[in-house]
Amino acid sequence: MRRFGTVFLVLFLGVALAGCAATKKKGGGVEVEDATISDTTSTDAASSGIGSEDATAGEIITISEDSTDLDDPLGQRVIYFDFDSSNLTPEAQRVVEAHAQYLAGNPGMAVVLEGHGDERGTREYNLALGEHRANTVNEILQGLGVAPDAIRTISYGEERPVSMGQDESAWSLNRRVEILY
Amino acid sequence: MRRFVAGMLLALSAGCMALLSASAFAALTIEITQGEDSGTPIAAVPFRWHGEGEPPEDIRAIIAADLHRSGRFDLLPTNAFLSKPSEITEVRYKDWRLIKAEALVIGRVTEKGPDQFEVSFQLLDVYRERIKVGLRFSVSAAQLRQAAHQISDRIFYEMTGIRGAFDTRIAYVTMNQQDNSDRLYRLMVADSDGHNPQQILQTTNLPVLSPAWSPNGEWLAYVSFSNATSGANIWLQDINSGNRRTIAQVKGAASAPAWSPDGKWLALTISAKGNTDIYVLQVASGEIRQLTRHPAIDTEPAWSPDGRHLVFTSDRSGRPQIYRIGRNGGEAERLTRGGKENARASYDPSGKRLVMVTNRGTGAGYQIGVFSLASSEMELLTDGTLDESPTFSPNGAMILYATRLGRDGVLAAVSADGRVRQILKMHDGEVREPAWAASR
Repeated sequence: MRRFGTVFLVLFLGVALAGCAATKKKGGGVEVEDATISDTTSTDAASSGIGSEDATAGEIITISEDSTDLDDPLGQRVIYFDFDSSNLTPEAQRVVEAHAQYLAGNPGMAVVLEGHGDERGTREYNLALGEHRANTVNEILQGLGVAPDAIRTISYGEERPVSMGQDESAWSLNRRVEILY
Repeated sequence: MRRFVAGMLLALSAGCMALLSASAFAALTIEITQGEDSGTPIAAVPFRWHGEGEPPEDIRAIIAADLHRSGRFDLLPTNAFLSKPSEITEVRYKDWRLIKAEALVIGRVTEKGPDQFEVSFQLLDVYRERIKVGLRFSVSAAQLRQAAHQISDRIFYEMTGIRGAFDTRIAYVTMNQQDNSDRLYRLMVADSDGHNPQQILQTTNLPVLSPAWSPNGEWLAYVSFSNATSGANIWLQDINSGNRRTIAQVKGAASAPAWSPDGKWLALTISAKGNTDIYVLQVASGEIRQLTRHPAIDTEPAWSPDGRHLVFTSDRSGRPQIYRIGRNGGEAERLTRGGKENARASYDPSGKRLVMVTNRGTGAGYQIGVFSLASSEMELLTDGTLDESPTFSPNGAMILYATRLGRDGVLAAVSADGRVRQILKMHDGEVREPAWAASR
């Protein structure tokens, strides 16, 4: 019978030397910075949908003014999903259709559909799931007349959570498609 | 039955983490030894130092940690030793029979000149009173740890008949985020015990995942993003020169790279038009062939050691399960049936077992399991709630995986029999996505 456990703690200070040597060997290192990132990730206000004061994009202001009414589906820029599902709830369907009609009526606009998942399940599976979620929204947009060229889908899987918690209330916020335009 | 001591573990780790700074290269290991000791009892005597001041490395400690982590040895405590020989002529075998050691490791480190050391050791059979193996290395200070791992490999082989895999490397990804600021991702390469970390890629806000070693250990394939509006893609990076390139442009997002055993092909996942399938790509020519054609999600391909099959994750039955397909395509065969979800499978070197992430549907979350292809039975090796990304050591004796320690993501190692688990706390922030390189 295995009935006991032991915990040991070992602090290896002896590696300080080897570690310092390693930092000097950064010749093979590659640094990549995404300079465009702030344009798309700082849209929290737009994502939450109301009262955006971010004046960097004219379109966002327009939508914000239109959508100060909480019941306006255009004010909802984030579509949420059930666990391991890329199907839309009836409410989400209504929101996506409203965006589709708006975008179809404004043919110059480009939209990015960003799919995300919660941390449960493997990272690669969630990357695919985010792709499928974004595509569910994409199909509705196209079905209601939005030009395919105006739509781009991208999945980040579970890599960009909005809530860092480890319970259903956090997970439910992370299973989403963000409609960015 | 296995019982763990998670509470104690957290309290201890919280206390010790305060000692680590963001750039700390000291590796903190928290070891969880479960159950009765039933490995081979072995005594390793501290190596005698012939030189000025303190020895640059504690060779004995490195060897002892390696052997213990494998789960196959019980390292006898040095305070039980009746003598501390470092030469054959000093060994009294009955001292070691008295404390029930079956094998004895002795050795010495001699400073030969500036940054020049000689390490020698013998492995002794205590009952037959003879030398099983002995080796001598001439190395620089920076090579002392590698010499110690090579000694561990030799001892492991002599004692088990299985090639050791301590002198190998691992890759992993770290992620640091301060408050709600940028997320900093680093792709790292380190020794198999987490020491000697080297950064080979750093990105800001562009996630890095799924590193995969080429069989020759010179390349890493991994998934990342070019900018905020293009989807996931696969990079190939020469870890020595740092040169990197994306694979031939594919329509859609590319992810989940897996090298064929001969290093000539990459299996990968391509998501396009709302469908996710497995493809194989010839690295030299860029030629791509589609392997699966199914509207469900097919992803996480992994090659069998003989290169004839691939296993992959598919939700074609409704939830993620593991399937197998021939390397030229054909019908996919479902392998896992038990449990609510099974994903990210990979073969052990014998081709007889798969390690994977499994959710048994009991509400306990995700653990690491080993699945026997012959019996279709799953053995659980871990007890976390969000364990993932398991990777076999090249000799199949151990598995490295990602787990949670409180809110932190950390790497952990478990012996393939589940007997010994050890958490490696190497960096601040999240550590994830381990990948074990082939033996060099």
